Parts: sequence; C-alpha cells; structure tokens
Amino acid sequence: MNTNAGISAWITRPMLITFAVLVSLPFWIDSVGLYQYLGVEIVIWMVFALGYNLLLGYTGLPSFGHGAYFGIGAYAFGLSQLHLTQSVWLGLFCSILFAALGGAAVAAFLSHRRGIYYALLTIAFGQVFWFLSIKWHTLTGGEDGLLNIPRPDLDFTVFSVSLDSNQALYYFALALFVVVVIGLWRLIHSPYGTVIKAIKQNEMRTGFIGYNVWLYKWSVFTLSASIAGLAGGMFAMAQESAYPDVMSLHASGFVVMMVLIGGGMVSFWGPVIGAAVYFIARDMLGAATETWLLWYGLMFMAVVVFKPEGIAGAWQSLVRRHDNSADVEKKPISG
Amino acid sequence: MALFEAQQLHKRFGDRVVLEEINLSFEAGQLSGIMGPNGAGKTTCFNVLTGRYKPNRGKVLFDGEDITGMAPRTIARKGISRSFQIMNLFDDFNVIQNVLLAVPQIRDRGFNMTRRIAADSGAMDKAAAVLEQVGLKDKAYENAGSLPYGDRRALEIGVALATEPRLLFLDEPTSGLGTDATARLAELVLELKQRYTIVIIEHDMKFLFGLADNIAVIHWGQVITRGTPDELRANKWVQSSNLGKLA
Repeated sequence: MNTNAGISAWITRPMLITFAVLVSLPFWIDSVGLYQYLGVEIVIWMVFALGYNLLLGYTGLPSFGHGAYFGIGAYAFGLSQLHLTQSVWLGLFCSILFAALGGAAVAAFLSHRRGIYYALLTIAFGQVFWFLSIKWHTLTGGEDGLLNIPRPDLDFTVFSVSLDSNQALYYFALALFVVVVIGLWRLIHSPYGTVIKAIKQNEMRTGFIGYNVWLYKWSVFTLSASIAGLAGGMFAMAQESAYPDVMSLHASGFVVMMVLIGGGMVSFWGPVIGAAVYFIARDMLGAATETWLLWYGLMFMAVVVFKPEGIAGAWQSLVRRHDNSADVEKKPISG
Repeated sequence: MALFEAQQLHKRFGDRVVLEEINLSFEAGQLSGIMGPNGAGKTTCFNVLTGRYKPNRGKVLFDGEDITGMAPRTIARKGISRSFQIMNLFDDFNVIQNVLLAVPQIRDRGFNMTRRIAADSGAMDKAAAVLEQVGLKDKAYENAGSLPYGDRRALEIGVALATEPRLLFLDEPTSGLGTDATARLAELVLELKQRYTIVIIEHDMKFLFGLADNIAVIHWGQVITRGTPDELRANKWVQSSNLGKLA
C-alpha cells in the first residue's frame, strides 16, 4: 500500500495509456479495416462491462440479467427525448435514475441471497423486465421498440456541440468513459471498495466484524445498475432507437462473457479488454463467416478451460515471468 | 452484575436438541472458559451467544441489554467480538488489510467511496498495534492466504481484536497448533487478559486450566458444573471423565 496521496490516487499510468489509445482511435480505426461507429459501441460497452464487473469481479455477485438495466437506461433516454425534453444531459440523467430505481428494487429481493440462488433471481428479474419491454406496447413500442429517438446537441449553456457525426459522438462517449473509469478506480481503492472485496472473500466474517453486508450488497447492485443505465442511455443515443433485444438473456450473457474473457476477475482492465475483443471479434470474424458466434463461443470455452483469469490474467502471468524479482505483490484485482 | 449473561438458552435443529438449557455468566475483567466433550454443544453455544444462530428459547444479556436474536453485525458493534475455530479470514487481502477492515474507524467510513483507505493514519496505527500484539508485525504485507498455519491462527485473533471489543470470544484458539505455538498463544492470551474480558472454548485442558479464572463444563447441552480450575480438579465428574485426566 503506498501512502503518497495526490494525483496518483486518481490517475494511473495504465489509465493514461488506455485513454491515449482511445483518443487516437478515430485516426487509425479506418485503416485497420474497421469503422468509426464501432468505436462508439465499444466504448459504450466498456462502460457497461466496467459497471458490471463492480458486481461480478469485485463483490463476487453473479448477475445474469444485467441487460435489463442497460435496457431500462436505453428506454428512459428514448422516452425522455420523445416526450419530455430534448437534452442529452437530462436524458442520461433519466437513464441513470430509472436504471438505479429498477436495480434498487430488484436488489432489495436479492441481497439476502448468495451463490446460485442469487444468480437465478437475477435471471428471473431480468426476464421480467425483458417481458415488460416486449408487452407494454404503449410505453415501449413492443418488439419494434422506440424509433427515431432524437439526438440533440450537447448543451453547455454558453455553447453547444453537435453530436451528429460519429466522431463527435465517440468523443462524448469517451469523455463519459473517462469519468466512469476514474470514478470506479477511486471507489475500488476506497473503504467502500475494500468492504465489497471483503464480502466477496468472506461474507460471514464481514458481518461478524460489524458490517451491514445486506446494505453493501444492495448498494453495489444499485450502483452497478445505474452504470448499466448510463451505458444503455448512450446506446439509445447512438442507435437512435431502443429495443427489447438488449434486455434479453443472451444480451446479458454477452456482458458476462466480455468480463470473463477480458479478465475482470483479476484486473480492473478486464472488462475494457473484453469489450474490445468482443466487438473486434464480432466484426472481423463476422466479416469472414456467418457462424462467428460459434467461434467466439469456442474462444470463450478455451479461455475458461485454459486461462480462467482471462486475457488480463494471461498478461499478468507473462509480466510476472519476465520480472520475477521476488517482490511481486500478489494483489488480486488491482491495476 | 455480570457483563454478559445467558439465561436458559435452548437451541434445537429440527428435532435434535443441541442446547437443553444453558445458564452462563461472565464477569468483566475475567477470563472464562467453556469446556466439554466433543459434540457437547460448545460451538453451538458460542454461535448462539454471538448471534450466528437465534436460540429457540432463552435470553442473552450484554451489559444488562437484551441482545437475543440480534444480527452478528449489531452484536459486533456493541463490543462483542469473536474468532473462529475454522479459520475465517480474507485470504486475498494482506495481513494488515485483514486487520484494518475490522478497525471501527474504517468500519464507520465503510460507505466512503473516494478516500484512500491507507490514508487514514489513525486506523493504520491501530492496525499496526494489533499486529505487533499478535506477533505479525513483520508479515504485515504478506498475503493472508499464504501464511503458515500458526500465523493464520494469530491473525484470526488479530481480526477479532481490531474491532476493539469489550468482550472477546475465542473459539478453540489452539486447534491444530503444535506445543510451541500453543505456548506462544498462551503468552498472548495472558497478555490480552490484562486488557480484555475473554471467553474461551477449548479442547486443550492444560491450556485452559492454566489461564482461566473460572470454567464452565458443558455436557449434553447443559452446564453440568462450573468453578475455578482448582475446584474443577477436585470435581468428581471432571475427575472421572477424560477431560480431567488431561488437565
């Protein structure tokens, strides 16, 4: 534990490298055979996956219905733009708020449970929201979803920025990503972050030294759901539509796979890596074969079998092998 | 009045009665022991006293307050702390993090999401003092999961101590320890005795008889006798049982 406070408590070197790579992305993404809009989607799902990993990787709580909160965020953004106001800020605020409310309500039922019962309940609640999104035509537009959601300019009171181009949208999403990364990094190294990591390791002892485990489990789920909502709101903005598909069980499964393939169980950056790998695989494999999901699925199985710690885990052991000066600190989930 | 009192505790799992009727009281400043043969209900008794299980009948009083059926965290916050026979640590944390987490200052700030946990020098000092006390100062930054067995037992006590308890329950602290380690533990407990009210469940009769001010014997879910170590040595039941021979 290093005690020198200041800027290093908020910003780290891997962060700066990640930000630099992502800032430069629009300048080279075309030349590697991909396209500008893909960057937007990747960054949005990175945010979703980071929020999800707060729950799975850090607190050890498996949610298999997290697409629901992403979807609530998307619908909340769409409905607010269609019926309430044309403001990106207010729209995203609604996304976060309603996803948080949904998450808080569900977490109230979940937080006494653990293990398989916890996981099953998250699926059940996820399905409830998915079903609502399909059947509540008057609100959600049923299976077609909400179409033609406006994408208003970004208003900073004294000036405003148009988000019509993919690049502008990308940099806006990236700015939110930066805020989420810095916020989550700080949170994970705060007392709160330490408590949720303790709950993952030993829920019973955490209670016996005086922590209200229920309240922590409830709050971390709610927090994770609100980040999913933010990502969902951005997604609706990017797609200019919101539809039930993102709430389905398989969409929820994607975020789980991203986190696991990337290495969310051992690294903060796992979800970021996993989201990038997923979209690059989708587009590159998808261009080569229609059965790309089969290959992606096989890749997932290979990771689970040969390197359950994921890509970040493989990287960590590689670094450790090269730099086996004795004092490699064993720190699960750090940088 | 006793600091801690259990009145007519009854606990059963299904139709299996584990605690028939337990009456216990522990005086402030004393070291009390609970002994009894295997399966006598000692650990269940501990679990009821510290809130892990609710008793079916009976009352638990701490400092005159009825704490029966309260959640472990509530009981912990009132100043009752416990260690576990089967080790119950945060294996992925290092030693000082294990202890730090239990320090009340950190606990009260548990919902702080921006502060650096290591920046709290007051709490860090307390954690370091606990490690000094249990003899793990030099291993503060080692991973709890990879400590040798004896050190893990010491850390188990350290975590319990870090909550700054008024009453400390130790569940079979010598379990699995060799002679040397047991002797070192006895020294530690003797030291802790100056500062804490302690209750120990123990198999190792020599260890317990050497340290306790008074001992309760539990058998078949009841307290069959209690007294000072000398009184118990003279007790017929204790003499005739295996327990007496070991003391």
